[in-house]
Amino acid sequence: MIKKKLNFLIILSLILFVFFSLLLGLNKNNYYSTEKIMNSKLENFQGVDLYSNKNINFSEVSRSENFTLINIWASWCLPCKKEHAFLLDLNKNYNLVMIGINYKDNIENAKSFILNLGNPYDFIIKDYKGFIAIELGAYGVPETYLIRNSNNEILKKYIGPINEKKLKEIKSIIKK
Amino acid sequence: MKKIIILTNIIYIILSIANPIFAEENYLRVDKVSKNLRCLICQGQSIYDSQSDFALSVKDLIKEKIDEGQNDDEIYNYLKIKYGDWILYEPRLDKKTVLLWLLPLILFVFGGLLIFRKVFIKLDKINNDKTL
Repeated sequence: MIKKKLNFLIILSLILFVFFSLLLGLNKNNYYSTEKIMNSKLENFQGVDLYSNKNINFSEVSRSENFTLINIWASWCLPCKKEHAFLLDLNKNYNLVMIGINYKDNIENAKSFILNLGNPYDFIIKDYKGFIAIELGAYGVPETYLIRNSNNEILKKYIGPINEKKLKEIKSIIKK
Repeated sequence: MKKIIILTNIIYIILSIANPIFAEENYLRVDKVSKNLRCLICQGQSIYDSQSDFALSVKDLIKEKIDEGQNDDEIYNYLKIKYGDWILYEPRLDKKTVLLWLLPLILFVFGGLLIFRKVFIKLDKINNDKTL
């Protein structure tokens, strides 16, 4: 009799466990984002400058200021046009190194994009294979990273265009 | 002199046959690795199936890493560090995924034991009844 009861309890608890696991799974948001997967430290990377074709090393160019903003963009990306004004504002009014990663773009289109809308970047690195974006853990354009230069820590990672809210957040961090 | 020419010709023929075989093997490995990677920006597609910019870049990167001599695990680990476990269709066994891997096994063994016991108890009962 006790054995039967024990068996019943084990089976019942197993069914309840499976039921509640599935129930919790249903309520979970299926949208996957790598915003939270921030490698605590950004590994050094290098690339070729869009204009001078010279090699640019992240650790070397980021030394001059306390923070670096890395923005992945392309001339064919419409949201990149939308965020451009915010990037110009940041470059004009704040002391931070701004690096643009030109993602899988046509060189002439990229240059005319910058010519027409203005250049918010201190350096623009070509990434025609998309390998630098993968190195940074990005999967599309635009994506933006805020780095503390003293220890290469990724403070913020934004997927999608920079907007008023994100701009405020960046400003509040770099003002500290 | 003749011998040298024959030897270089033989080496050339071997290399020209071997090169496409190695290249073919590398392409097959790119397919194999990319089939186990989830395209993060596409719904329900693997990197192998997808033609998105992201997937194409990852496929190129896998090929480059294979050409550099990296093994499959090294490539998976690199992408796992960059994008998290979600990019792998078959997550590696570690602290975080131990339950995911062991739970089906535990349930299978537990279920099997239950069935085994039920069947044997019934058979025992039938045998006992027969002997009585």
